[in-house]
Order: sequence, then C-alpha cells, then structure tokens
Amino acid sequence: MAEKGKIDPMHQFEVQPIIEGFELFGQQINFTNSALWMFVVLGLIYLFMMGGMKRELVPGRWQIMVEGVVGFVDNIIATSIGPAGKKYTPWVFTLFMFILFANLLGMMPLGIIPGIHPFTVTSQFTVTGILAIISFSIVLIVGFWKHKLKFFSLFVPHGTPLPMIPLIFMVELLSFMVRPFSLALRLFVAMIAGHILIKVFANFVIQAIDAGGASILVAILSIIFIAFVSALELLVCAIQAYVFALLTSLYINDAENLH
Amino acid sequence: MEVYGSQFFWLLIVIGIIYFFIAKNMVPKISKTVDDRQKRITDDLAAAQAAQDRAEQIEEDYRVSINNAKSDAVGKVNAAKAEAGKKHEAAVKRADTSIAKKADEADNALKVATATALTEIEAVAAEAAKDIVATVSGTKVTAAQAKKAVKAAF
Repeated sequence: MAEKGKIDPMHQFEVQPIIEGFELFGQQINFTNSALWMFVVLGLIYLFMMGGMKRELVPGRWQIMVEGVVGFVDNIIATSIGPAGKKYTPWVFTLFMFILFANLLGMMPLGIIPGIHPFTVTSQFTVTGILAIISFSIVLIVGFWKHKLKFFSLFVPHGTPLPMIPLIFMVELLSFMVRPFSLALRLFVAMIAGHILIKVFANFVIQAIDAGGASILVAILSIIFIAFVSALELLVCAIQAYVFALLTSLYINDAENLH
Repeated sequence: MEVYGSQFFWLLIVIGIIYFFIAKNMVPKISKTVDDRQKRITDDLAAAQAAQDRAEQIEEDYRVSINNAKSDAVGKVNAAKAEAGKKHEAAVKRADTSIAKKADEADNALKVATATALTEIEAVAAEAAKDIVATVSGTKVTAAQAKKAVKAAF
C-alpha cells in the first residue's frame, strides 16, 4: 500500500527478508517471505503425499487423489518419452507438484486473515527461471552424454536440402536456445498477470465504494469480474503446472530419443 | 542482488527436499501400490476365469455321464421288457394248450352224456307213448311199434 486508500498491485510480488541470514559466496542469504511460502508449499506437498502413503489395497479418497497425481505424471512421461523416461519421473513430478501447489496456494484467499500476506512463489522470474534452467541443463547433459556431438543433429531435421542446412541449423539452434526462457516466462507471466488483474479490480472495488453513490454498481461489477477471473486463474494454475511438466518431458524426449 | 541469492538458495533447498525425499522416495512406493493392486486384480480375474472354466468342465462331464446313464437305463428297460414279453407269451401258450385240452375233454364228455341222455329219453318216450295210446284208444301197441314212432317223431 503505497498511499493511503490506494492499492499497489505490485506490492504482493515484493520479496522482503523476514530473518537476516548469512553470507554465502559473497551473497547475502536472508530468510524471505518467498522462502517462507516455499516451505509452506513443501509442507503441503508432504502432507498431501502422506495421505497417499497408507498403501491400502482398497484406496480411500485421499489415496486415490495421490495415486491419480502420480499416475498423471507417469502418464505424461510414458507418452512423451516412453519407457526410457522412467528415470526422469522424479524431476517432472517435482516440477509439477511444486508449480501446482505454489500456484494454487497463491490463489488461496489467505489475505483475509490479518497478518498473513500470501505470496505466489511462481510469480518470481528467479524461481521459474531456475526451474527452467535445471530442466534445460538436464536436456543438455543427457543429450551430449548419450549422443556426444551427434546431438547437434537435433538442429537438422530429416530431409533438409543440403544448401539449406546452415540456415536451418541456425534457426533450430535459436529456437532451442529460447526454450528455457519461454518455459520460465510462460509460467511467470501467467501467474503475475492474473494476480495483477485481480488486484487492479480489487482496487476498483475500494475506490468505487469510497466514491459512493451510483459508482457502487462499478464495485458490484468488479466483484463479479474478480470472481470469474479467480475461477479462470484456478484453471490456469493447473494448466501452467501441466504445461511446464509436459514441455520439460518433451524437451527431455529430444535428448533421450534423438530422431 | 541479495533477493536473487536468497531465492536461489532457498528454492534449491526446497526443490532438493521435494526431489530426494518425496519424488525419489515416496512416489515409487505409491506407484508400486498401484501396480500391486493392478497385478492383484489381473491375477484374481485370471483365477476366477480358471475356476469358471473348471466349473464348466465339471458340468460338461456331469452332463455326459448323466446322458450315458440315461441311455444305459433305457437299454436295460427295453431288454427287460423284451424278456418279460417272451416269458409272458410262453406262459400264455402253455395255458392255452392246457385249456384247449380241458375243453376237448369236456366236449367229449358232453357228447357222450348227450347221446346217453337221448337214448334214455327215447326209451322213456316210447314207454310213455305206449301207455298214452293204450289209455286213449285202448289199442295195444307193441313196444317195438312205439319205439319206431318215437324215433320218427324225434
């Protein structure tokens, strides 16, 4: 809240230190609100998974949910990479669960509880960037480990005419190098845009109520709009987690099963 | 810059915990539970199929044995019937012969008795006729004449 009666829509994305930390490789490491919410996400994932660890023959509702999520990730891997992709399941599962839970936690109306300032971890480009870089590194390491220099043939599609090869190679290389940025930006933008949109319209509601009179209609319209955008955002949360996991497994597929 | 450092540090810790403790440790167990259940369902279905096949085989055997027993029984009944028929015929034949013999004897006896009775009746009639003539007309008729008249009348 920059000024009185105004809402700063960007305030929710600010990372603030909660506990002053220590220095590591010349970097000041603080325990921030971002870190706090990362650990909340971790705790929620752990609780969710523990509910599925009863390992009963006839599963309860919770166990079915956990088994459903695990089966969902297994399925992504099986269809994108095939049987050779089994070893990448932990990473894709980590990505999917962390992004899904972070997205959904950011959408929870926890802000109505005084003193709690919800924070969406995946709305930080640093976070999505690190996740994308790890995924991209796996692609590079696996690609060059398995195929050595033949991995560069990924940038020359089958049937390319000989004179076109240098040009196509450059284009394909460029599109390959852009992958981590598109991967990170897609999630970051989807999250930040939805949250800003909701905050801006929440601002409208408060200003309209302050203005009084007929502008109360604007407030009602804005609230209806917020409700719909929130529903849409919940969908986007799941879709973005799915897209991140799916694209990661597709990229790994390029490295694992070079055409 | 301190923001990036902190983000980097804590994210790697959290992601590491999720990766090594949850994704590497818990997920395979959950997958195994699912696979075990699937395997158990498949096995149970196979066992049920085998049991059903066996039951059908037993029923088939039972039907065959019942059919055999039935045709066996019909054959035996027919044989017994034929045997009984034969015995019955012989008995009837034997009875017929003895009855015919008895009937012939009775016939002969009857014929003899009839002849005797006729002779006696003729004699009595002749006597009666002689007496009737004597009483009615006063004429004496010889026994021979009476006898002749009676024979003619008969």
